[in-house]
Amino acid sequence: MAKTLFEKVWQQHVVSENDDGSVLLYIDRQLVHEVTSPQAFEGLRIAGRKPWRVSASVATPDHNVPTTGLEHGITDPVAKTQVQALDSNCDEFGITEFKMGDKRQGIVHVVGPEQGLVLPGMTVVCGDSHTSTHGALTAIAMGIGTSEVEHVLATQTLIQKKPKVMRINVDGKLPQGITGKDVALYIIGEIGTAGGTGYAIEFAGSAIQQLSMEGRMSLCNMTIEAGARCGMVAVDDITIDYVKGRPYAPTGETWDKAEAAWRDLHSDTDAVFDKEVHLNAVDIEPQVTWGTSPEMVVPISASTPSLDDAKDEVQQEGWTRAFAYMDLKENTPMQAINIDKVFIGSCTNARIEDFRAAAAIAKGHQVADNVKLAMVVPGSGLVKAQAESEGLDKIFTDAGFEWRAPGCSMCLAMNADRLEAGERCASTSNRNFEGRQGAGGRTHLVSPAMAAAAAIKGHFVDIRDWQEAGE
Amino acid sequence: MQAFTKLNGLVVPLDRANVDTDAIIPKQFLKSIKRTGYGPFLFDEWRYEDVGQPEMDCSNRPIRKDFVLNQPRYQGAEIMLARENFGCGSSREHAPWAIADYGISCVIAPSFADIFYNNCFKNGILPVVLKDEEMDVLFSETESHEGYKLDVDLEAQTVATPSGQVFTFEVDDFRKHCLFNGLDDIGLTLQQADNIKAYEKTRKTDAPWLFS
Ligand code: SF4
Repeated sequence: MAKTLFEKVWQQHVVSENDDGSVLLYIDRQLVHEVTSPQAFEGLRIAGRKPWRVSASVATPDHNVPTTGLEHGITDPVAKTQVQALDSNCDEFGITEFKMGDKRQGIVHVVGPEQGLVLPGMTVVCGDSHTSTHGALTAIAMGIGTSEVEHVLATQTLIQKKPKVMRINVDGKLPQGITGKDVALYIIGEIGTAGGTGYAIEFAGSAIQQLSMEGRMSLCNMTIEAGARCGMVAVDDITIDYVKGRPYAPTGETWDKAEAAWRDLHSDTDAVFDKEVHLNAVDIEPQVTWGTSPEMVVPISASTPSLDDAKDEVQQEGWTRAFAYMDLKENTPMQAINIDKVFIGSCTNARIEDFRAAAAIAKGHQVADNVKLAMVVPGSGLVKAQAESEGLDKIFTDAGFEWRAPGCSMCLAMNADRLEAGERCASTSNRNFEGRQGAGGRTHLVSPAMAAAAAIKGHFVDIRDWQEAGE
Repeated sequence: MQAFTKLNGLVVPLDRANVDTDAIIPKQFLKSIKRTGYGPFLFDEWRYEDVGQPEMDCSNRPIRKDFVLNQPRYQGAEIMLARENFGCGSSREHAPWAIADYGISCVIAPSFADIFYNNCFKNGILPVVLKDEEMDVLFSETESHEGYKLDVDLEAQTVATPSGQVFTFEVDDFRKHCLFNGLDDIGLTLQQADNIKAYEKTRKTDAPWLFS
């Protein structure tokens, strides 16, 4: 019978089936970070259990690590305790960890693919919702809670019910300047933040195939913002080329065998999906969120909505609250909104291609006077080194951006990088929830180029005009 | 794990859609390495005027009087009503830990985000999905009757109102079994250790690159 991509990978991982239709699913790779793992390790210790397969898990601290003044270590004592807990747990249980100071340390979702720890056809989990990122490599990759982290450590499996499968087809040629981030925000704007609940999503169509691996990662990263636990893209040459030669990727004969198997990782032509969505690439403009949920998004050429446009009362109430929180009025042109800070980073957009795009905009310009802080935070030590070897750090610092050390940073503001109450930020991260980047802070989600352009102008601008004007 | 069988509890209505886990428990509380102690910080930004910090004493903090959890009539609530897509966003299990630590062991909503829904079952919380019209009934009755309580019965999969209306809900057999008996699913899974080993053996031959 014809199978979807998701079903193929799923079936290869079923250990056994329970009577109620749930399965015991084998997990190939678990990525671990400091925030959601301490209670899981503690659980193992209390129960006297050992990890089932130590080599399946790899850890790195990211959420709490400082991105500046590293020579002083972590000054926040509570954050320090958590990072130290990760170090000692990994040492105790024998789990490989890229510790602070290691070039490979960084945001877990940047590090995993970069090291070849995530391979096509794998099942991948991490105690973090943005694990969906790894679906770009044709893995079933899901965020899990801490109890499940412990379950995977102890048994290398998860009890799961098979989700329904939705295919989102984006066809046509992506217009100039449109990135994976814009595609992600556009899709969420179309289907809503609960549009994918209960589904695994396959992103397909000619526009998705045009995306680089980085673009696919930004897209799959935000699958969770559409409510789906995982999103994936079929294997093609771009996937294979990306994986080849990475430290943990197979080599020699094993590589050949693996590649042959991976080439089959696509949906069969007559596979049936529980739901299909069709979108046209040409309709996608650079996107900017205006509210406090990723679905509150509009094209840069548009204005904030009018309350009368809300589909029902619940949405109208949500919009009213969002307008108040964001200190914005109905029908305000997006390009008229001034910003105070800029954050280019996070597991959505802290890879080398993101920085190249932002640097291309920033080059030869200066951050606007009304922008108090514009920071660029690499996703890993290796991304940082690569960017520096290309001189991107210099372009940013010359333009007045701060160039930082790798970590989650102002994506969730667990370290010192945060918005003050009332500050407005153009951010390349993935969540614009109330208080996400600091209590009272106001977040607008955009692509790296859009964030860089906003930094230079002090307000949101249409990157397409920029490119046409050749500024 | 705490079992959930039946509950007759006071109801608090949280009339907002898309409540995310950042709102349920803000990030500064994620620095703790414990599973308990999050209750006082549940909905911290909505509940207090100031910004909460881990381990601070909440007894004298200025509260936002209009926030529903702060209203005297809802003190001691064990059941929470919510709107669509409750628990969206981050996978932090600190969200259900905070809810449970506060004393709520049942959340009723028209829909939940997947990871949060899963996490509830691991922490003795029953998430109940009811239809929109049923939710509307519960919201309006809770708001109009002080001291409003509901009867939640996991075995029968029902929610009963004081006036005798009964709404039924769906729950997977396996999740129901574990929650009803307070079972730790790691122990259950390890009973299948031989199956897992057999699976690994085959996979090592078929796909050796997964084991390096
Ligand atoms: S960068 Fe942001 S979204 Fe990504 S893992 Fe870190 S905190 Fe989470």
